[in-house]
Amino acid sequence: MRFWERLGRISPPLVVGLGGLLLWELVLRVVQPGGFVLPPPSEILSSAVENREVIWTAVLSTGWIVITGLISGVVIGVLLSVAVSWYRLADEAITPLAVAISAIPIIALAPIFNAWFGLLSPRSNQLVVMLLVFFPVFINTTRGLTDIPLDQIDLMRSYGASRWEITKEVRVPNAMPFFFSALRIAASLAVIAAIVAEYFGGRQDALGPLIIQNAGLARYTDAWAAVLAGSAIGIGLYAIVRALERFAMPWRAAVNQGIEG
Amino acid sequence: MTATRVAPAVEMVLVSKVFNRGKPNEVLALDDISLSVGQREFITLIGPSGCGKSTLLRLMAGLLDPTVGEVTVNGKTANQARADREYGIAFQTAGLFDWRSVQQNIELPLQLMGWSKRERRQRAREMLTLVKLEEFGGHYPRELSGGMQQRVAIARALSFQPSILFMDEPFGALDEMTREHMQTELLRIWGETHTTVVFVTHSIPEAVFLSERVVVMSPRPGRLFAELPVDLGARDFDTRESPEFFERVTAVREALRRPDGVE
Repeated sequence: MRFWERLGRISPPLVVGLGGLLLWELVLRVVQPGGFVLPPPSEILSSAVENREVIWTAVLSTGWIVITGLISGVVIGVLLSVAVSWYRLADEAITPLAVAISAIPIIALAPIFNAWFGLLSPRSNQLVVMLLVFFPVFINTTRGLTDIPLDQIDLMRSYGASRWEITKEVRVPNAMPFFFSALRIAASLAVIAAIVAEYFGGRQDALGPLIIQNAGLARYTDAWAAVLAGSAIGIGLYAIVRALERFAMPWRAAVNQGIEG
Repeated sequence: MTATRVAPAVEMVLVSKVFNRGKPNEVLALDDISLSVGQREFITLIGPSGCGKSTLLRLMAGLLDPTVGEVTVNGKTANQARADREYGIAFQTAGLFDWRSVQQNIELPLQLMGWSKRERRQRAREMLTLVKLEEFGGHYPRELSGGMQQRVAIARALSFQPSILFMDEPFGALDEMTREHMQTELLRIWGETHTTVVFVTHSIPEAVFLSERVVVMSPRPGRLFAELPVDLGARDFDTRESPEFFERVTAVREALRRPDGVE
């Protein structure tokens, strides 16, 4: 029974996804819009298999940028939101600054960061990812830490709870859902940011350069295969975040059973 | 032998509360309130919305400071009484923490007071029995109905056996049938635990059914209109249909519509 239930839940996206790929394949086989601008999925897949070693190296290289940038952005975002939730002064000092930073098109800074750290250094890419990840994590976590019903705070005060106890028992658990929805956004944002930043510099064995080089040489199938690898990183990260989420918030799983699954 | 004088559970002397003092949106929420609540008494504060009855309760609980006047609880300042956990409190929103199971919610105050795990667990089980939810300790609050959540909130408020229970419209969000059932349950718990109860409501029948004394408040600024004793004796199902009950309900209603009141 469970097996069929699970299948029933994942089959609609599976059907739509496979159907879309099939349609893509068929249209290209029948219409053949000349050139290789949009290769059929079967060719992309065989290119990915053929170039698996280069692609695997690139996935590791870009993956490292994504993970390190993501983690540092998340850590800084969370630390600053805790500070903001504790001290009004920190809130007044940091929040406008964070909003100002978020208004900068950060990816546009990639070439400048390259000048800072050296054209082939991965630091500039990590910095781009970090800055881009920081903002949604900071804003959402701050909201989760501060948006608490007055009754719950009063209740804790009636127990004579300290500020630290209120943070640990109320603010942090209350912020969990906010933090994780930010993390979901941040995870896919991090992959995009890393690859685009790599277009401008950083390590040359990464996905960004692989896409640029192949596209420049009109090897579009190979470029698509690299893009596919990039989305695989994104999907993998998303799955990890979802798993962490379920682990960290068992109460949600208990309540939303059948709704979120 | 001289009888030891027992301090009243709550004593308020000429208390006023002004919000946003000195700002354009300054509000006089409570004006010249003097009120005494005896040990083991069940008292209800009733008044129209916005009359400051919740503010009054928060002053008693030491969650707000009075602008003028003095509040003592069991002979201590309200703030000291809060630090000493002299009272338990329950709000209209049950205020249970979603991330804690029912049992863990009841254990929270005990945990903050440094009780051992075993003591906590045992007391939580006793409290679950008191509110007749023995089988729901492992559930999360959102899996429970509104009435059950309120019972958990009461169990949590009483878990460390405080001598006073403050309740701010705890049954306001419940349907009528659940509400009446909860009122009967609360009276049973009150009888079993010998707690002083200060209960805020805007329901006249609720006030009359529950309490030994009804304190009627005026709309803003909150003042005490009248104090009506309710000498109905032990309540049961028939109390709500007795002529004496309706007489008291009418008396409270009359008190609420004094010339300077609403209606």
